[in-house]
Amino acid sequence: MNIIVLVKQVPDTETKIKISGDKKSIEKTDVKWVINPYDEFAIEQALKTKEQLKAGSVTVVSMGPDRVVESLRTAIAMGADNAVHVKTDQPLDSYLVGKTLAEVVKKESGQLVFTGKQGIDDDQAATFGFVAEFLNWPSASMVVKCEIAADKITVQREVEGGTRFVLQMPAPAVIAVDKGINTPRYASLPGIMKAKKKEIKTYSMSDLGMASEAIKTVSADYALPPERQAGKKLSGDAASQAKELVRLLREEAKVI
Amino acid sequence: MIDFKLTEEQVALKETVRKFVQSEIIPNAHRFDATSEFPHEIIRKAWENGLMNPAVPEKIGGLGLGILEDVIMNEEMGAGCLGMTTSIAVNTLALYPILIGGTDEQIKHWITPFLNEPKLASFCLTEPGAGSDAGGLSLHAKDEGSHFILNGSKMWITNAGHAELFTVFATTNKELRSKGTVCLAVPAKTPGISLGKHEDKMGQRCSDTRAITFENVKIPKENMIGNIGDGFKIALKTLDKTRTPIAAGAVGAARAALEYSTKYSKERKQFNQSISNFQGIQFMLADMATKVEAGRLLCYQAAWALDSDQHKLGSYYASLAKRFSADMAMEVATDAVQIYGGYGYTKEYPVEKIMRDVKLVQIYEGTSQIQRVVIARHLLED
Ligand SMILES: Cc1cc2nc3c(=O)[nH]c(=O)nc-3n(C[C@H](O)[C@H](O)[C@H](O)COP(=O)(O)OP(=O)(O)OC[C@H]3O[C@@H](n4cnc5c(N)ncnc54)[C@H](O)[C@@H]3O)c2cc1C
Repeated sequence: MNIIVLVKQVPDTETKIKISGDKKSIEKTDVKWVINPYDEFAIEQALKTKEQLKAGSVTVVSMGPDRVVESLRTAIAMGADNAVHVKTDQPLDSYLVGKTLAEVVKKESGQLVFTGKQGIDDDQAATFGFVAEFLNWPSASMVVKCEIAADKITVQREVEGGTRFVLQMPAPAVIAVDKGINTPRYASLPGIMKAKKKEIKTYSMSDLGMASEAIKTVSADYALPPERQAGKKLSGDAASQAKELVRLLREEAKVI
Repeated sequence: MIDFKLTEEQVALKETVRKFVQSEIIPNAHRFDATSEFPHEIIRKAWENGLMNPAVPEKIGGLGLGILEDVIMNEEMGAGCLGMTTSIAVNTLALYPILIGGTDEQIKHWITPFLNEPKLASFCLTEPGAGSDAGGLSLHAKDEGSHFILNGSKMWITNAGHAELFTVFATTNKELRSKGTVCLAVPAKTPGISLGKHEDKMGQRCSDTRAITFENVKIPKENMIGNIGDGFKIALKTLDKTRTPIAAGAVGAARAALEYSTKYSKERKQFNQSISNFQGIQFMLADMATKVEAGRLLCYQAAWALDSDQHKLGSYYASLAKRFSADMAMEVATDAVQIYGGYGYTKEYPVEKIMRDVKLVQIYEGTSQIQRVVIARHLLED
């Protein structure tokens, strides 16, 4: 089975995000770029699936400027067989990314697609859906368990409140995974050395017939969360502290 | 132009080790320090991810990484736990003598098992009576034609209790000093070998350290690495290669001490403000940061010289790096405890462990005094 993993490069969670002057994007200098953590779960799931099927290949695909190649190499170092870079410096939205990546899946004869349920940068949670639509494949998101037998895929989804929801669908399909599905392996040192020598396939937007496609949404305004308020310190004996705490939780935090 | 930029692979390698340290080493470091148990499981995982034996050449299936890669890895691991770093890195120390002095056949025979399984090896140079004066070995290797008979003992041998292979330095004739020395590959299970108890140490407590006694231990001549008289030279060449990565471990530990105390200084309030507002604390942090960076640069410089085969200069730079980084890390760790105040003196906080752990770097692989001896010798030679 040709398994494709769609990988986004995002700012590391530790990066201090700064908003650009026009408030329409984030400052990209000083950002440490990493593989979107949900996509790391997707890579691991693809590798596991290949190991379980004892056949097939795992191809990672990422879209963006040259820097995304670094993330592709990390994925190869984790164990992916091939990597494809869709090279573009233009602004992207879920529609354009979804449509373009669907073309890559076709070109690479993908038979199953894994990706993260969302990017931790823009939190749109839309790519998997667009890709599935453009391919006309079934899809499932927030997947915490995934079993593949012959051409039947059984996934378990996370449902608010903790109830289990199991879906079945035929392959090919797009599976968007959630955390908890697995523990991603490290990019091992032998893997890193192997990745160094691996050739990465590059497509331009026009190679994929996307030259005349444009984004349909633009980011208009970014704002940082408000500064966190200083904490409250309770005083007095244990009983009065507990009483005060309950009052605050009820009246101020409104959580109980 | 001088360029401090690491290659893409070096950055990736650093990233992997850092992740490994964050998820495997740091969460367990405190527990292993408290119990002084040997971290088998972590060593196995380190091996699985290729973090052990980095210097084994590609021609027998290793990664063939250089000293700079070793330095990068050790700095990251040292920032997590120096005890585990020592136990993980000692394989490199123990296998280098074979890589340096062994024939192709010996290299293949003795090293390959370490690529196939997470096995451990120990480097056995120090003796009860031969520490800094490593040329004055007493472990006797009696030459009996086809084999040697070993009698005597070794002291402070890291991982001895868990190793399967010992690279042992002995003397055929003590009168000859270093000219009588031999290097032997000795399977740990050879009859006549007995191990002392796991030393109850101040720091690096999870790293296993023991004495070894040899009583009529018969070792065939084909286990000899190099010739009679080569032992001491092989040991010195080995230490030239490992001294810089050891120094880098101290840089990592110092970096961690700096990071912990910087964070703490912002959180701790006295006189109605963060203690980081006090210039006295700020200057301490500034000095600590300067020292850490200087240590790293000395390590990078030594690694560069050694990797570019400038051995004479490399050996000198390595002593500068080890001398400075070990002493520097001790100072930085002590200052970190100072910034934490009373809390830093307890095991609830991470900095006292760093202070205990880095102390050893001033002692093993050549004390800070011996590094100065080497440095001065280089300066004064004609
Ligand atoms: C935890 C631990 C792990 C170790 N692991 C290993 C290992 O795996 N393999 C191995 O072979 N060895 C190992 N060692 C041994 C270590 O390398 C020695 O302890 C070290 O070389 C110092 O020798 P010594 O302890 O005999 O001290 P000594 O040589 O007795 O030194 C005592 C003091 O005298 C000073 N001194 C000695 N000579 C001079 C001089 N010429 N000028 C000025 N000062 C001098 C020293 O600097 C030191 O301060 C380990 C040691 C420890 C503590």
